[in-house]
Amino acid sequence: MIEFPLLSLLTFLPLIAVLFIITIQGDEKTVAKNARNAALFASMFTFGLSLFLLARFNPMSPDFQFVEQIEWFPSLGLTYKMGVDGISLFFVVLSAALTPVCIIASWKSISKRFKEYMIAFLVLESLMIGTFLALDLFLFYIFFEAVLIPMFIIIGVWGGKRRVYASYKFFLFTLLGSVLMLVGMIALYIKTGTTDIVSLIGPKSESLPYNMQIWLWLAFFASFAVKMPMWPVHTWLPDAHVEAPTAGSVILAGVLLKMGGYGFLRFSLPMFPEASEFFQPMVFGLSIIAIVYTSLVALVQDDMKKLIAYSSVAHMGYVTLGLFSMTEQGVQGGIFQMISHGVVSAALFLCVGVVYDRLHTREISRYGGLVKNMPHYAVVFMVFMLASVGLPGTSGFVGEFLVLIGTYQVSVLTTLFAATGLILGAPYMLWLYRKVVFGAQINKDAAKLKDINNKERVLLIPMAAMVIVLGVCPNLILNVTGPSVVKLISTYQLKIEKAADQPSLLDEEKTEVSPS
Amino acid sequence: MMILSYDIYNIIPELFLTLSAMILLMFGAYSKNMDSKMVFKGAIGLLALTGILLLYSFNGYIGTAFSDMIKTNPFSQFLKVLILGSALGVMAISYSYAHQIKTAIFEYPVLLMLSVVGMFIMVSSNSLLSLYMGLELQSLSLYILASIRRNNALSSEAGLKYFVLGALSSGLLLFGISFIYGATGAISYDGIADFISMSLTISPGIIVGMVFMLAAIAFKISAVPFHMWAPDVYQGAPTSVTAFFATAPKIAAFGLLIQLLYGPFAQLSADWTQILYFVSAASMALGAFAGLVQSNIKRLLAYSSIGHVGYALIGLTTGLSGGLNATLTYLAIYLVMSLGMFACILKINKDEQNIESIEDYAGLSKSNPLIAYAMAIFLFSMAGIPPFAGFFGKLVIFKAAIDASLIYLAVFGVITSVVGAYYYLKIIKVMFFDEADLVLDQHKSKGSLAVISLCLLFVVFYIVSPEYLANIIQSVSSWLFVNG
Repeated sequence: MIEFPLLSLLTFLPLIAVLFIITIQGDEKTVAKNARNAALFASMFTFGLSLFLLARFNPMSPDFQFVEQIEWFPSLGLTYKMGVDGISLFFVVLSAALTPVCIIASWKSISKRFKEYMIAFLVLESLMIGTFLALDLFLFYIFFEAVLIPMFIIIGVWGGKRRVYASYKFFLFTLLGSVLMLVGMIALYIKTGTTDIVSLIGPKSESLPYNMQIWLWLAFFASFAVKMPMWPVHTWLPDAHVEAPTAGSVILAGVLLKMGGYGFLRFSLPMFPEASEFFQPMVFGLSIIAIVYTSLVALVQDDMKKLIAYSSVAHMGYVTLGLFSMTEQGVQGGIFQMISHGVVSAALFLCVGVVYDRLHTREISRYGGLVKNMPHYAVVFMVFMLASVGLPGTSGFVGEFLVLIGTYQVSVLTTLFAATGLILGAPYMLWLYRKVVFGAQINKDAAKLKDINNKERVLLIPMAAMVIVLGVCPNLILNVTGPSVVKLISTYQLKIEKAADQPSLLDEEKTEVSPS
Repeated sequence: MMILSYDIYNIIPELFLTLSAMILLMFGAYSKNMDSKMVFKGAIGLLALTGILLLYSFNGYIGTAFSDMIKTNPFSQFLKVLILGSALGVMAISYSYAHQIKTAIFEYPVLLMLSVVGMFIMVSSNSLLSLYMGLELQSLSLYILASIRRNNALSSEAGLKYFVLGALSSGLLLFGISFIYGATGAISYDGIADFISMSLTISPGIIVGMVFMLAAIAFKISAVPFHMWAPDVYQGAPTSVTAFFATAPKIAAFGLLIQLLYGPFAQLSADWTQILYFVSAASMALGAFAGLVQSNIKRLLAYSSIGHVGYALIGLTTGLSGGLNATLTYLAIYLVMSLGMFACILKINKDEQNIESIEDYAGLSKSNPLIAYAMAIFLFSMAGIPPFAGFFGKLVIFKAAIDASLIYLAVFGVITSVVGAYYYLKIIKVMFFDEADLVLDQHKSKGSLAVISLCLLFVVFYIVSPEYLANIIQSVSSWLFVNG
């Protein structure tokens, strides 16, 4: 019996909607109305489908589920293979959930080329979901890199004043990283003879010699580190965030950054375990710098979006720390931190968008005392602000705490530095909140702003609820990701042990040979 | 008599095309009202007929003819289909454009057809003499085509420049041929191959001759360091002719190069791979870096084509049959991309003049969204961004390179591709991000619309079944290694 291709439907449904939207004709107003209705409908349907996937997913199994496989380009070894496991499941749901949020958030704030805007977001959604579901090296690469096109256009067409610079920087930075990964992928394929991710995660990559692992690890690192982004290749992120429209920032922070972390989990760690072990101190070092340095940089920002962008870099530092600790708590924490950050930072950008839509400035000093005229706004903003700081009871705490536990088992010193980030992370967020929401109403126009409307409530309140629910019962996620993470770590350890045995075998052979 | 008629079977498409060109020439010269529209339409029809003939004989008529001067097999047939396809495409987009810029003289299609005949002979030549004959027929027609806008200084300059440098390269080619003949005593490919495989040491004359021939062919494919003519000629020639320069002659010259390298010079691969290594790397670098500062779209595409030639050469640098297939795949994809790109450029006219300055494309996405989106897709494809066809071209090329352990060349290639992406993005930026009111001439042209949509379909939907083209190329290139 041929199974229903649920994953392909999930991936390509937004594209089908795009075909539909392209055909919409008429004057500007009707086109805009129909395009956003169609886009909202399609993205809500996709979200529903992703929830259906979540419900049908068997959380006990560590293997890939709903696998689809079709012959595609055999002379280059490519197959069309899709599948989902505990690690990728929540990223898919996150992508599907944030797209309708983006569409609702842009309901009024976008003034030109509505049709194209909706098309760009639906294409982006399709590619993001595809990235997390692909189980073939090159299929993954195609989705992963094609994401650049809609994002480049979103920043460049609907962005702020320096949008051209920001979109170029975003595109070229990430492209340079990914083409190096492409070379690595080709080399990996030639060496192992397969592009199937499942078998590469498993025994197929054991044949890789140590030297080659190092190079391949670096090639993949070039791509994921830029995407993540890790210090010192993070500089594209603040620019991209500041210039992108609100919805663009939401997707960028909510999903695109997670592709880097997902890449580490899916490729670097399981395929090149020895190299990952070798580079662990370097990754730790870069993560600590990211946490401490960008927290300090965030302190001196006067642009709200830039401040949140720098805080994202710091939070991603925790993620890399957790993933490369390769302990169960660390990896679980890294994944949880990514999901939580996906919700929290997306919501924070939405909060910035709320006031930006009203006053058209992101300068912190132009606001103040909003609590008086926007009390509801002040409440939801506070929830997300505290989640970003990592207050216990919010989702932000769980991830950071697990990461610190995981890292402590590997390196106490690293944990010591990373823990300072918990403190450093608080002042800038609190400072931002105090400057914007509390204090005297120094700006007259800011004092007249209206509180959040129903549309904004529909977006922000469920997200705030999500943040608290995940903070109180994190097992909703951790139980599902658990089996896959345990399997990942056990195969990792197994490979390291095997590799540790092999050189000694070689030495024995040598000693046997030399006397004769 | 029997033998002669068998020989003729091998060149039926060439014969048909030559006769067609002659008839059109006569018609144009003797018709009273000088209506060149008929000649243009006739040329399109006759080229299409030639295509049918070619496809009909795709797997038939295998063998050599005219005392081994001509060799026909599916490999050369495949190249001819590509050449003819681009000639047809160029004719289709020239039709309205040539009328628009008032250069629609009847010699235009005739010369184009004759150059196609020359290219056909190039790719099916089996001796150095027929090679030279085909190359010259092609080149002479192209010199005139470049300067066909007689009252335009740039066009005349382009033609003259192309002619002078082209004549130099023909001289180099003849010089190389004479060296080879002197050293081996043979002019047929098989004779040279036999001599080289039987001699114990390779005489320096053969190497010198081969290097001279490679230099001449590098000139024809505009590879560094023999690329200097390309930007000026691309810019000066009428845009529809530039579209032709960017496609068909490159395929023909590559076909020639492949048949030489994998035929008579196959034993010398250790020598020519070194040359190609340098030429390929230098072309990629120049194509990427020199393109950065261009403001004229045609000059920019000239540098872009130099870069693409560099990528295509990576495949040949491997010296393996896998690399050869990669080169052919890359060329086929490149041809479609640039044809589509030029078809779009030809639609962007103001005051009966083609807009050439990239800055003036501002606002195109508002006034002509279809062209702007089509162009953006071609540009992303040229930059090698998935999911478009250009990505698969790069993928097979880099795979071939890494297969042959040319890691450095592959890494160098991907880095230059990022540099090159910058100028492709620049065009997209101007079209989409810059706001301006742009009013274009509205000329309805079914031909260019058809070409744009066909190329677009290919570029976008190539991803669905990349295996299809790969299989064809795999089967035709196997004929290169069959003797006889």
